[in-house]
Amino acid sequence: MEGTLSLLGTGGGGGPSSGGSTTGSMSTVSMEDNLVLSSEVSSSYPDESELELGLGLNCGGGGGALKSKPAATPAPRVQYARILTAKDFPSLVAKSSSSSSSSSSSSVTKANTSVGTKRTADSFAPAPNAVSGQVVGWPPIRAQRMNCLVNQMKSPATEEFNSTGQKSKIRNGAANNANNGSEKNINNAKEIVHIKTSLFVKVNMDGIPIGRKVDLNAQSCYVTLAQTLEDMFYRPTTTAIGARRSSMEEHDQMIEATEPSKLLDGSSEFVLTYEDKEGDWMLVGDVPWGMFLSSVKRLRIMRTSEANGLAPRFQGRNGNQIKEKEREKLLNGESILLE
Amino acid sequence: MAHSFPGEVLEHVFSFIHSDQDRNAVSLVCKSWYEIERWCRRRIFVGNCYAVSPMIMIRRFPEVRSLELKGKPHFADYNLVPEGWGGYAYPWIAAMARAYPGLEEIRLKRMVVTDDTLELISRSFKNFKVLVLSSCEGFTTDGLAVIAANCRNLRELDLQESEVNDLSGHWLSHFPETCTSLVSLNIACLGSEVSSLALERLVARSPNLRTLRLNCAVPLERLPNLLRRAPQLVELGTGAYSAEVRPDVLSNLAGAFSGCTKLKGLSGFWDVVPAYLPAIYSICSGLTFLNLSYSNIQSPDLTMLVSHCHNLQRLWVLDYIEDSGLEALAGSCKDLQELRVFPSDPFDADPNVSLTEQGLVSVSEGCPKLQSVLYFCRQMSNAALVSIARNRPNLTRFRLCIIEPRSPDYLTREPLDTGFGAIVKHCKELLRLSLSGLLTDRVFEYIGTHAKKLEMLSVAFAGDSDLGLHHMLSGCESLRKLEIRDCPFGDKALLANAAKLETMRSLWMSSCFVSFGACKLLSQKMPRLNVEVIDERGPPDSRPESCPVEKLYIYRTVGGPRFDLPGFVWTDG
Repeated sequence: MEGTLSLLGTGGGGGPSSGGSTTGSMSTVSMEDNLVLSSEVSSSYPDESELELGLGLNCGGGGGALKSKPAATPAPRVQYARILTAKDFPSLVAKSSSSSSSSSSSSVTKANTSVGTKRTADSFAPAPNAVSGQVVGWPPIRAQRMNCLVNQMKSPATEEFNSTGQKSKIRNGAANNANNGSEKNINNAKEIVHIKTSLFVKVNMDGIPIGRKVDLNAQSCYVTLAQTLEDMFYRPTTTAIGARRSSMEEHDQMIEATEPSKLLDGSSEFVLTYEDKEGDWMLVGDVPWGMFLSSVKRLRIMRTSEANGLAPRFQGRNGNQIKEKEREKLLNGESILLE
Repeated sequence: MAHSFPGEVLEHVFSFIHSDQDRNAVSLVCKSWYEIERWCRRRIFVGNCYAVSPMIMIRRFPEVRSLELKGKPHFADYNLVPEGWGGYAYPWIAAMARAYPGLEEIRLKRMVVTDDTLELISRSFKNFKVLVLSSCEGFTTDGLAVIAANCRNLRELDLQESEVNDLSGHWLSHFPETCTSLVSLNIACLGSEVSSLALERLVARSPNLRTLRLNCAVPLERLPNLLRRAPQLVELGTGAYSAEVRPDVLSNLAGAFSGCTKLKGLSGFWDVVPAYLPAIYSICSGLTFLNLSYSNIQSPDLTMLVSHCHNLQRLWVLDYIEDSGLEALAGSCKDLQELRVFPSDPFDADPNVSLTEQGLVSVSEGCPKLQSVLYFCRQMSNAALVSIARNRPNLTRFRLCIIEPRSPDYLTREPLDTGFGAIVKHCKELLRLSLSGLLTDRVFEYIGTHAKKLEMLSVAFAGDSDLGLHHMLSGCESLRKLEIRDCPFGDKALLANAAKLETMRSLWMSSCFVSFGACKLLSQKMPRLNVEVIDERGPPDSRPESCPVEKLYIYRTVGGPRFDLPGFVWTDG
């Protein structure tokens, strides 16, 4: 574990010192995934690694939430660029924080030696590399504004994994502005596709009277969407993350790849469907993610028994054959570089 | 004494009194003044739709022309209030349809508005003039079509930041040719394209149009046509501000803008191509409000633009402006009163732009009229906050969001208690405050001691113990709204200050330590409070009473318990 960390060094300014241990069991998923994790995730949230594993097995990056840091190894690795999925966020529930807060106040009000305060500050401030957007409703930005920002960061077309590239283009644009001014900006502007408004869509589940809303732009792929929805409806708590994390702490294992895809692969009693712009109900997962984003109006978690009339999946479409291969790789625990 | 003036005279005098507070004061003088006042009050503001019932309002005020109504708590903006919680407009509209046929204005904020509601509005009020739906949801463009078609004297249709199920842009074409009364139209939140022709004709036949906020689907090439048909515009929200760079488009646009000599406010700017920014230079000196918070313009272009706007009073911008841009702002915009800086990349812990606390300090130094601040940044220091407080004791609104929760002073690693303490100590007129960063109970002591005029306080990831909550509730005399998330505050402080809650509009606490038992107790002891436990984990009875609730929303009410509670909200009785 420590070895893994030192390979990459600490990521970015003020990252967790190598003294911080990424505890929790890192299972046998690819080391590359772990490297990405270790460089970016706070040491205070060890279980996120296990969450990561479940996710990382298939999805390429989403929007550019995390800066992807160049890996030390040349092996193919998944690009992580997650935006907020309430799912895999370190739980910042008051409970866990208060114990650290009280310890902090006592150290602060004491001698106030720089060592004491420093340790205090570090011990409960989430390590600066932890993505702060990983808490529901924080930072406090309205949904509409959020959608706008997210849309500025990535194109709604197929390049989920290119979005971090885009982001660095924007940054480079900013840096080079002094020289090239408008020209660079025009290029950037072209890359930044037209902003769509609200990508919150309603989700209803058969048998549950109260619907929810999910921000599709906060998802990077079908798997994260499915997991988010599962947490919303199967484990409906704002600390859903906590629930999943704690159950994993108990079982000390990685998320089975099949588990997150229950809604997607038809193995559960429910199946995830969506209504597209033409008013047709389709099974989720058949078209590329970007295409799905541009045509989805709302979601419904439908009883499998009722889903008979919908377009069958996995039948002679190239896209779906690729999906099958990916799914196999998921189960075998290989990391893949999409495209 | 009261009888020496005939009622009509008093009524005439009262007609000059507009503020709710003054009117409330008038109504308390004596019974006859109460009677006269209630018959001639025309505007009603209800800050919490569950604090009073439509019936009670109608009974007391029989001749209302304008209603402003707010529904969900503020934290609903950040997805903290589950879907289906409430805030339905329909019961209010239905009651008013019977009681106030002369109703002219409806302003709703954070409420659920259905197409049926809109249809009812369009049918029930013959002289309907103003519809403002701010951060509302639940309706579609079909509902808008009905409003457009049936409200013959419509002056204002403002959909500010509402979530509309946008079925098509066709609704705009439902404004009849005879509709020439439009003064304000805000469709910025809609996604679909509206017919350019219909829009241009509507604008052309609305000589009183002062505010026009387009949505991003209106292409830049159509903007000159619209501007030429509405040279009297005072507020404009552009659509997409990008097109292939062509000199003829640029000159056309610049010409159109130069004709709008009355423009004071600009917004929109989705998707900007900077080459087109010079088109607005000719009117920049007249601008008092500039909202660039949806545009990706980078610092040099931003700085250039802002330096043309010498009379700017309010600026909303993304952190692309950077410290350097803010410094330029401080140098060129001496009339600046309000600054909002939003984050362009809120979910990266590492900064993508060079915006720090220094930018805000510069503005606080250079802009003597600065009163209102909303600032997202990644680092802050006590020293900077103290500077800001000393520079600008005239601050009335200070909302600081340090993106990483519990971030300490980045220089000293200490909590930011001292800094925020300086803010409340120096800024004696502070009305609204949002805290962030690493904060102990000490900051709440400062707030309780000094923030005597504070009306709204937002707290997140702060404090050590109940003492923090106690300081706020016992010290802040003017407190109306308190919203707290993820803080270690619990039963003791809440119960000890129960009486205070009746003097406030509302208290929101989520992910704190308030137990269900305490909620029940509070609810029993305080019949004039609605204590809502919002908990999606199922019935609180199924857990020990000491178990903390997920979310708690407490508000004073004379309307009694709600009848429209969803399954995940638990109240006592």
